[in-house]
Amino acid sequence: MPAATTPEPLWLVLGASSSVARAFIRLAAAGGASLILAGRDLADMERSAADARLRGAAEVEVRRFDAADGASHAAFAAALPARPLNILLAFGLLHPQAAIDRDPALAAEVIAINYQGAVSILARLEPRLAAAGQGAVVVLSSVAGDRGRPSNFVYGSAKAGLNVYLQGLRARLSHHGVSVTTIKAGFMDTAMTYGLPGMFLVASPEAAAKACLDAAAKKRNLLYFPFFWWLIMGIIKAIPERIFKRLKL
Amino acid sequence: MSEPGWKRDVFRGWGRLAGAEMLAARPERVSELPAILAAAGPEGIIVHAGGRSYGDSALNTGGRAILTRRLDRLLAFDPASGLLVAEAGVSFEDLRRLFLPRGFLAPVTPGTAFVTLGGAVANDVHGKNQDQAGNFGSHVEWLDLMLPSGEVRRLTAADPLFRATVGGLGLTGVILSVAFRMMAVPSRFVALRERRMADLDAFLAALEVERRQAVYSVGWIDALARGPALGRGILEAADPAPPSPSDSYVEAKARRFPIDLPGLALNPLSVAAFNARYWRRVPAEGRERRVSYDRFLYPLDAIGDWNRLYGRRGFHQFQALLPEAEGRTGVRALLEACAASRAASFLAVLKTMGREGAGLLSFGGRGYTLALDFPARPGSDDLLRRLERLVLDHGGLIYLAKDSRLSAAGFAAMYPGLPEFRRTLAAVDPSGRMRSDMERRLKIRGDG
Repeated sequence: MPAATTPEPLWLVLGASSSVARAFIRLAAAGGASLILAGRDLADMERSAADARLRGAAEVEVRRFDAADGASHAAFAAALPARPLNILLAFGLLHPQAAIDRDPALAAEVIAINYQGAVSILARLEPRLAAAGQGAVVVLSSVAGDRGRPSNFVYGSAKAGLNVYLQGLRARLSHHGVSVTTIKAGFMDTAMTYGLPGMFLVASPEAAAKACLDAAAKKRNLLYFPFFWWLIMGIIKAIPERIFKRLKL
Repeated sequence: MSEPGWKRDVFRGWGRLAGAEMLAARPERVSELPAILAAAGPEGIIVHAGGRSYGDSALNTGGRAILTRRLDRLLAFDPASGLLVAEAGVSFEDLRRLFLPRGFLAPVTPGTAFVTLGGAVANDVHGKNQDQAGNFGSHVEWLDLMLPSGEVRRLTAADPLFRATVGGLGLTGVILSVAFRMMAVPSRFVALRERRMADLDAFLAALEVERRQAVYSVGWIDALARGPALGRGILEAADPAPPSPSDSYVEAKARRFPIDLPGLALNPLSVAAFNARYWRRVPAEGRERRVSYDRFLYPLDAIGDWNRLYGRRGFHQFQALLPEAEGRTGVRALLEACAASRAASFLAVLKTMGREGAGLLSFGGRGYTLALDFPARPGSDDLLRRLERLVLDHGGLIYLAKDSRLSAAGFAAMYPGLPEFRRTLAAVDPSGRMRSDMERRLKIRGDG
């Protein structure tokens, strides 16, 4: 191969120990990508990094990143390599609503990670994305943000806030050739949901990872995953509020 | 009532006999394991990984289980030495897909690639090259074991705990990672020689020759043939094939066996017809051809869920090793008992073994090994009891990874390493955190 070919893509994976992130890392590695794995569990990420190298990744490094520690985000962003970057934002925190009802302090944690943490780091990364004039940002959000249901509305409202933020970010970065994809994920078979009651039609992390990578390649704006959640949420969103409030959802 | 991170589910061994309800955790990080182990109550906990053990060795009815398939990362590989370090949830299928294109193969592999490395250690599995290569455990340079207490120890063959963990049925703790040397192969193919064998004597004589000259050898026996045809079948012998410019390799399409076959479908008549056809598949003069490692090593993996073939009641798998001196009479006695019961065993597999295993409860040694499977029916328990008696009479042993019916007394008589295993287990797991249905059935911890 001549040296003039474009270098392999570089993916920054935020929340690299999550189930979907791990599947994504493998998929990107098999395609020869370079990766920066970012998260809190350094020992775990070192294992994923070794795995990614053996599966074909070009370069892999591990960096400490804590979504809840907003004060550290500016330094984290500043220390990233100068080359163009793609981003998978895969961190998230789900406390079941019943647990939040018992201990309302947990609501702040859910908001701090899913909304505040995501906005904080993306805001720090936005200037360099705009300056690079290329790249893809894929954010794992949730169908829970489409409507506030009694069974999950703290998590849902944090994701709803994130979804609205991403709309604005997408519009701004579109002028700079950077795509922003909101993945509205339904039920997935991850560590976050393992053992939770009421799960159906669960998708594998591998399928979710492939959807993320494909969405980035196609510069999709919004993707329901699995696709049929588009229909389910379409129906749920269409229910008038006066009826919706009486449903047990 | 639900505990976060735990899920109640019904699990079965690969033979799909009785289901076991267990509360299962599915860790994705090693750091979750100590808390999972600490949650084990008096009912105990056992690792359930690939789910390919036929019987009850990875089941713990009413207790807990750890599903380790997501602890499946490759940690290091040195192409010069072949040394691979991988988490225990990595399967032989993962290795096949990633390393065969690079010219490396596991030095020992069981007959299905869906077994994990942890399972391969815990059952000290063997393959079609046992005569020359021994069991999987003999290739392990070291392994990391999390003791039931949560403490992690790196074990080498010199460590007594290594000898209890290899072939130890998961009772010494959770195997975290395994280091072993992959074997360089010249191509993705073996040179396979297939010949018809008219009867058992011809079979044993030919195996005697092949065990010394071929890397891989395996015999497929028509377990329904009786009288002068007893023991007829096909002998396959194979060696790594040199690369050939005409080689083209296409990954086989995954097919699944779609339904539970009705119990009636596998009757002596239909199985006899199948077996006769299988025998005639190879021309009378024999044949030689190049076959991919995948097809040679894992013939049934091309059909997912093939175990549904035996219907909803499941099936028994039985594998015994008979010492060399007793081989001829012992194999004949087992085949006669099977043929007489008309138990409709599909195909029996006859191989030679040449080496002892590295574990206290390893299935290994020099002799002949015969594997049979038959659908679970009223009467199959009687047949299994007769087979156990015959194995004991001939000084043999029954392979625990496939067993579901062996008696505790028979087990103790077959495995002389049991007293030492019990002592090691008492020291490493004094409170009895690691439990399984097989451990209770075979009274592996003793009567206490």
